[in-house]
Amino acid sequence: MKNSITKTAYTSLIALFLACTYSCSDEITERNQEFHALNPSNIDALAGTWKTYLLTTPDEFPLDAPVATTTPAYTREINEIKSYQASITEEQKSIIKYWSAGGVLRWNEIMRTLVARHNRPPYQNEDGTYPAPSAANPFANPQFPFSNPPFAARAYAYVSAAQADALIAAWHYKKLYNRAAPYTVDTNLQVLIPKSTLPAYPSEDGVLSGVTVELLKLLFPTEIAYIDGKADEEKLYRIISGANVRSDVEAGIGLGRKIAAKFIARAATDGAGAAIGTPEIWAQLESTTAAKGETPWISLESPKRPPMLPLFGKVKSFLMTPEMVVASRPVAPPSTKSEQFAKELAEVKAFSKDASKDHIKIVTFWADGVGTYTPPGHWNAIAAETFATQDYSEVRWARNMALLNIAMMDAAISCWDAKYTYFNPRPSQMDSSIKTTTGVPNFPAYVSGHSTFSGAACTVLSHIVPSQSESFKSMAKQASDSRMFGAIHYRSDCEKGLILGETVGNFAVTRATTDGAE
Amino acid sequence: MKKIYISCLLFLPLFMSAQTDIDGIMMSKNNFCVGAVYQHSSWDEYWEGSFKRTNLNLGTVTTQSVAVMGNYGVSDKLNVIFSAPYVETNASAGTMKGQKGVQDLSLTLKYMPIEKTIGKATYSVYALGSFSAPLSNYPADYLPLSLGSQSKTAVLRIMGDYQRENFFSTISGAYIKRANITIDRNSYLTDEVHYTNEVDMPDAVSVNFRAGYRSNRLIAEFVIDNWVTQAGGFDITKNNMPFPSNTMNALKYGVNAKYTFKKIPELSLVGGYNYVVEGRNVGKSDAIYGGIFYVINFKKATN
Repeated sequence: MKNSITKTAYTSLIALFLACTYSCSDEITERNQEFHALNPSNIDALAGTWKTYLLTTPDEFPLDAPVATTTPAYTREINEIKSYQASITEEQKSIIKYWSAGGVLRWNEIMRTLVARHNRPPYQNEDGTYPAPSAANPFANPQFPFSNPPFAARAYAYVSAAQADALIAAWHYKKLYNRAAPYTVDTNLQVLIPKSTLPAYPSEDGVLSGVTVELLKLLFPTEIAYIDGKADEEKLYRIISGANVRSDVEAGIGLGRKIAAKFIARAATDGAGAAIGTPEIWAQLESTTAAKGETPWISLESPKRPPMLPLFGKVKSFLMTPEMVVASRPVAPPSTKSEQFAKELAEVKAFSKDASKDHIKIVTFWADGVGTYTPPGHWNAIAAETFATQDYSEVRWARNMALLNIAMMDAAISCWDAKYTYFNPRPSQMDSSIKTTTGVPNFPAYVSGHSTFSGAACTVLSHIVPSQSESFKSMAKQASDSRMFGAIHYRSDCEKGLILGETVGNFAVTRATTDGAE
Repeated sequence: MKKIYISCLLFLPLFMSAQTDIDGIMMSKNNFCVGAVYQHSSWDEYWEGSFKRTNLNLGTVTTQSVAVMGNYGVSDKLNVIFSAPYVETNASAGTMKGQKGVQDLSLTLKYMPIEKTIGKATYSVYALGSFSAPLSNYPADYLPLSLGSQSKTAVLRIMGDYQRENFFSTISGAYIKRANITIDRNSYLTDEVHYTNEVDMPDAVSVNFRAGYRSNRLIAEFVIDNWVTQAGGFDITKNNMPFPSNTMNALKYGVNAKYTFKKIPELSLVGGYNYVVEGRNVGKSDAIYGGIFYVINFKKATN
């Protein structure tokens, strides 16, 4: 009897622990590890003629002719590849697997990580004021940048547009110099990624790395070591895999860097640096709204935080003139004294009170708040996972990402323009009993940023991948609704935001139909 | 044999999900001790990594819980213990909505393979195996107001107890294996962004020391408990939101007491207080609890 109890006890204890340990297997497969190597169904051989954003012509920056593939110098470059391949390590293989999914895709992912890492509002000073991040002193507290949604939208747009221009230039020179890939020159050379008939000089990954690194240094100056590490990997990947010889890659990096400079110069003068405003401007927003007889927005944070980037609506767009921004501006929100407003506030209150598990799931799924890659980042992730199934060439990837991100930057500009034109209060400001299931963003309600970003992204993505437009629409609607379910936005904010997003998204669609890629 | 006819639960609430009966007492065979415990725990300071701060947008974060607990003596050497709490959270400032609901069921097998009396001293050794799993689909990714972590856990604890007359000390160490959880987002940041809704939860080690006075009628003890997250956790960065797989360490001091009524020896009251002395990515919480337990002797009833 005693023995059997002992046995049972031991067996149960051990079985319990082993069963749990076994069921607690920690292996997680992430979606972005599953992307297959880029193998374009169309190499877009004529992309050198596509419309650029800032480059006056694809050959605005000259690129030296490469040495001929028949020279001993070239043979030595092939030998470099062979010597790497002779002692390839597991780590190098995993670098090849990672980067072969595509440079535009991977840099976009890297950027989402950078945005998420830096998407944190500054911590207050002892006296209740807030320090502002400074690009001139990025390592101070708070670090530069605070990659909030407008900052992130602009950052994604600059990087994507610069990548598009750089790859159009690369395609121009590829066609001009027509230097074959190393595996075409030396048929004995192993190649560890899908072969392509695209000329190899300059390397598309080299160009991408050159242009992206320079822009990321500007946008995320505290991350340069991390960014350089990624760039070194990308370079190594091209050489070890046999996709490029070193001179293909180096020429690409040089060209990319020069093109980046043009975008960096634009960024310095696009008005984003002044978007934070001044205490006088913040006070004026309040008094102007009060003078109209409306309730001005006040920060619900403690201590009260200055409104986020009140002048972002004045940032220079890639596709919209300031007049277009004004013309696209939604009509005023329902007056806080109106019956319509009371009705919408009551609806938010009802959402605040409901304990729906489905609603909280939707709120959380689309929250994209502090510590995340922001709503534009979420749509970049959606786009990337969609594009990864489409077998695009690198240049088409870049062109599509640029359309998406320029539209979302325009969404940020137009949405922030509306927010600071009307400067209206959040639901919890009007009724402090309204509790929220996500953080209340520190800027006026009308129109919803999530809705505007989602409307713009949905419009552009539906144009690019029409077969999935229903899915994009339902995602955009859900992202928009999530802000009502979370009790931080009124219905008008969401509905008008979606429409505004669609309006600005259509500017990008118009460009898409005339950029030479369709 | 250490004859404590009516012994009941004395426990150290640490994280609500990690309560185990880690005292050096066994329920006698066929006795079933059942009861309820109310706990009130709150903090207004917390550690963001190693930086201790307040957050005026949360104010004081309060967690209240009522747990139903029971302990059945399969034999004098083997007990089965369960607990299931209902939890409510609230922040006194800011707009974030508190949560409420049933949290995790925890089941523990407590086994005492060795008990030796040498002179006036009794030495005993215990092995405890626990398993816990969420009883409802409360959101885990809603810190600091989530009800729990949603993680299924397995705990193996080895414990030694020494008693000389009415004074005792108990030391134990446990390894807590935590299963991956699923959150309502399909990507999240640790150091890099991960594209999955599954989160790898870091394991933990817990060391617990307690000593004091123990008789059939009264137990009074102080407790030191140290919970240390193992590899895989990460710190909350400056002014960021917490995340379920953050490193969460806590060194706690506390006192516990249990009183058994003389006239109704089946009935006992428990109560205690504990606080976090030092932590990492956790609230500097103060907790008080009180509960009532009743012992039913099934052998008596059937005989």
